Amino acid sequence: MKTYTYTEKKDTRSGFGAGLAELGRTNPNVVALCADLIGSLKMDEFIKENPERFFQIGIAEANMMGIAAGLTIGGKIPFTGTFANFSTGRVYDQIRQSIAYSGKNVKVCASHAGITLGEDGATHQILEDIGLMKMLPGMVVINPCDYNQTKAATLAIADYDGPVYLRFGRPAVPVFTPADQKFEIGKAVKFTEGTDVTIVATGHLVWEALEASKALNEAGISAEVINIHTIKPLDDKAILDSVAKTGCIVTAEEHNYMGGLGESVARVLAEHNPTPQEFVATKDTFGESGTPAQLMEKYGLNSEAIQNAVKKVLKRK
Amino acid sequence: MPNIKELNDLTTQVRRDIIRMVHKVNSGHPGGSLGCAEFFVSLYNELLETKEGFDMDGIGEDLFFLSNGHISPVYYSVLARAGYFPIEELNTFRLINSRLQGHPTTHEGLPGIRIASGSLGQGMSVAIGAAQAKKLNNDDHLVYSLHGDGELQEGQNWEAIMYASAKKVDNLISTVDLNKQQIDGSTDDVLPMGSIRAKFEAFGWTVLDIEEGNNVEAVIKGMKEAKSLTGKGKPVCVLLHTVMGNGIDFMMHTHAWHGKAPNDEQLEKGLAQNPETLGDY
Repeated sequence: MKTYTYTEKKDTRSGFGAGLAELGRTNPNVVALCADLIGSLKMDEFIKENPERFFQIGIAEANMMGIAAGLTIGGKIPFTGTFANFSTGRVYDQIRQSIAYSGKNVKVCASHAGITLGEDGATHQILEDIGLMKMLPGMVVINPCDYNQTKAATLAIADYDGPVYLRFGRPAVPVFTPADQKFEIGKAVKFTEGTDVTIVATGHLVWEALEASKALNEAGISAEVINIHTIKPLDDKAILDSVAKTGCIVTAEEHNYMGGLGESVARVLAEHNPTPQEFVATKDTFGESGTPAQLMEKYGLNSEAIQNAVKKVLKRK
Repeated sequence: MPNIKELNDLTTQVRRDIIRMVHKVNSGHPGGSLGCAEFFVSLYNELLETKEGFDMDGIGEDLFFLSNGHISPVYYSVLARAGYFPIEELNTFRLINSRLQGHPTTHEGLPGIRIASGSLGQGMSVAIGAAQAKKLNNDDHLVYSLHGDGELQEGQNWEAIMYASAKKVDNLISTVDLNKQQIDGSTDDVLPMGSIRAKFEAFGWTVLDIEEGNNVEAVIKGMKEAKSLTGKGKPVCVLLHTVMGNGIDFMMHTHAWHGKAPNDEQLEKGLAQNPETLGDY
C-alpha cells in the first residue's frame, strides 16, 4: 500500500495567500476584496505588491459580494476573502442573485471553515456552507486538503470562467501533496488503491483518511482513499469505478452530514449503484469552543472515527 | 438640444407599453414603472453615452444598473425602443421561455441587462464595483443606478453608501425614485425614513433634487447637472421626485398599483389617456 508522510504542517489559508500572491504577478485582471480580515486570509502579500488591485470593504460582506459582481463588469476577476460563515450564510442572497444567477466570474474564498476554527466557537464554525453553495445552480464548490492543494486550486480557479466557492481552513495541517501538482477542477485524486472499502474524503479529513487507511491495512483491511477536492461538479465516475470494486464506501468531511459531500455521493450511488455508505461528518449539530484536535475527536471527525465507520460499513456489504 | 416633443411622444408610448405588458399577463408592476418613464426615456435617449451593440463588460461606455428590478416593464420598453432587442419581444413579458423575465436577468442573455435584480438592495454595490472597474481600466465613462425609496430600507444600501464616499467613487450617479410609496402603503406609514437628503449628505455624498421627476426637460437638466458634479471626489445622489402611476389618473398618488395589473376596462381607460404615438408593439 502506498503511504504518505509529511515534513511540515501549514495552514490551508496560507496556501490561498500564496496562490493569490502568484496570481497578482501573473494575471493583471485578478483583483482582491476583503471584509476586514486581511491577516486571517493571508492576503498581505498580494496587497503589498498590488495595492491598486485590492479593495478593503470594511465589515460589510453583503456590499463586498455586490462590489465583486460589479467588478466583473469590466473584465476583472474578483477574489473575495472572509471567514466561511460570512462568505456564505450571511450573504446567501447576494451570492445567489448578483453572482450565481447573474453568472458572474467571482471567486468566493472562504477561510476558517468548519469546526477546526476552534476556540471562537459555533458562531464562527460554519458546518453548512458546502450545502448552501452546492445548491446554487452553476456554482463550483472546492474544498482542498492541504497547503499545496489549496495554492494549486487558487491558481486553477482564476482560469475558470464562472462563480466558484473555495473553502479552506485555519489550523496548521500536514502538507502531503506535491508542490507542483496540477489542479483539475472536478477531477478526483486517488491516493491509495484498495479492494475492501472506498474512503472518499475532502478538506482536512483527507489526511485523517490516509492515517485511517494505514491503520486499517495493518488490520488486514484494504482501503481505497479518494480525495474529492471538488464537491461540485462531482467526479461521479471516480466514485462509481471505486465502489464497483470495493462494494462499500465511507465519506469523510468537516461539515454537517446534511448537505455535504456525503449526501452528494449518496445521490450518485442511489442513481447508479446503490451501495452501503457511512458518513463521517457532524450530525446535524452546531460546534463549540475547544482546540481543533479536541473538537475533531468529540465530533467524530478523525482517523479513529473513519476506522470505526469502515468497520461498520464492511458489515453491511 | 433634445427634441422634447419626440421624447414626450416616446414617453407616452412607453406608458402604453407598460400597461399593455402587465395587462396581458395579469401580473407585474405598473405603478413604479409609470413613475419612472420620463427618467428612463431621458437616460437612454439623452444622457447615456453608449456604444453600438451590447457587450457585458461595457468598457468605453456609460453603464446603467436597475436595483429595484420590479419596474422591469419600463426598463424593457425603453431598451426595446432604444434598439437593444426587437420591440415585438415585449409581447413575451413574463411568459414561459421568454428573455423578458418578471425581474431583469442576465440569465437569458437579454441585451442591455448586466445584472439580475429583484431581490432589493443589491444594485448600488454592483454599480460601485462597476465604477471601480472603470477606474482600474482608465475608462472615464460613468455608472448610473436607480433605486426605489422604499428599497433604501434594505441595510446593504447603507453599507454601499458608506463605502462609495469613503472610497471616493465619484464616477457614480445613484438616483432614488422618491415616489414615497411602497407595497404596504406610503413610506411614511410603513417605515418613516426621515430626510433621505440629510442621510446621503451625512454619508458624504453630493445630493441634488429633481423636483419635477415626471417632466422630461427637468429630468434631463437635473441629470446633466448631476453629471457635471461627478469627478469631484464624491459620489452623486439624485433625488428624483416622481408620482407613482404617473400618466394614468386612477393609478396616480397611491401604492395600490405597485404590483397590480389593470383589467380590460382599466386598460382601455389608461390607453385612452395615452394615445398611440410611435406605434404599439
